[in-house]
Amino acid sequence: MPEPTGRSSTGHSGGGHSGGGGHSGGYQGRSEGGARPPRPAGGPGGPGGRKFFRRKKVCKFCVEKIDGVSYKDVRLLQQFVAESGKIVPRRLTGVCTRHQRRVSAAIKQARNIALLPFSNR
Amino acid sequence: MQRIYEVMFIVRPDMPEEELDKLIVALDSQVTGAGGVVKAKEKMGKRRLAYSLGRFQDGFYVLLTLEGGGEMVHEIERRLRVTEPVLKFITVRMDEEQKRLDKMKKLRDAKKRTVPPPPVTAETAAAPVAPASATEAAPGEPASVTA
Repeated sequence: MPEPTGRSSTGHSGGGHSGGGGHSGGYQGRSEGGARPPRPAGGPGGPGGRKFFRRKKVCKFCVEKIDGVSYKDVRLLQQFVAESGKIVPRRLTGVCTRHQRRVSAAIKQARNIALLPFSNR
Repeated sequence: MQRIYEVMFIVRPDMPEEELDKLIVALDSQVTGAGGVVKAKEKMGKRRLAYSLGRFQDGFYVLLTLEGGGEMVHEIERRLRVTEPVLKFITVRMDEEQKRLDKMKKLRDAKKRTVPPPPVTAETAAAPVAPASATEAAPGEPASVTA
C-alpha cells in the first residue's frame, strides 16, 4: 500500500485520504503529514476524525469554581457516571485533568460506601 | 495530633435507634479516651444502597468527623469491624484537603476584597490586611504541627 507521506500509520487510512485523518486521529502527538491540511485546533473534548469544529467544552468545576469534590455529593458525582455505572471519560464531559482525577477518586470512594454502584445492568 | 478524619459507616436498617445511640456513645468515649475530639456526628438517615449488602437493600448512614491521631482511627475501625450491625465503613483523611480548601477560600476572599474599585482608604486598608493575614497564617501553621 503506497504511503505517500511516509508517516507510520497503523490505521487503514488509504493513500488519498489525507484530509480527515485516520481512525485514531485527534491526538496532538500524531506526526503531521506533509499532505494533510492543518487541522483546526479543536477544544479538548473534540473527537477525532472530524473536519468540523466541535464546540469547546469547558470544565464545569473551573467555571463554577467548585473547590472540593467529596464522595458525599452523590448528585454531583452522578453527572460523571454513565448509565452503566462506569466513570465517563473526560473527553466527553470536558472536565480538566485536575478535576477529573478528583472526581474519579471521589466516585471510587462513593462506590465503596454504596452511594454509587460499581455497575448497573 | 491535628489530623481530621471522616468516618462514614452503614448500619443495618432494622437496628433500633437506642442501640445505634449506644454504639455512637461507645465510639465517642473511645475517641476521647484515645485523646481525640469528636468534631461532629451526623445521622444521615436511611438511604437506599446502590447495591445489596448481605440481604439488605437499605442502610442507615452515620457520619463522624474526628480529630486525632492514626492510632485512634485504627481502634475505631477495629471496633466497627467487630460490631455486627455495621455493614460497611470508610475512613477518609480530611486535614490536607481542608487546608487546601481554606487556602482557596482565603485567596478568593482576598481577591474579592481588592478587586472592586475602592476609594483610597479602602485600598490602603486592603493591602496591609492581605499581608497581615498571610503572616498570621504562616506562624499559625507550624504551631499547629508542633501541637
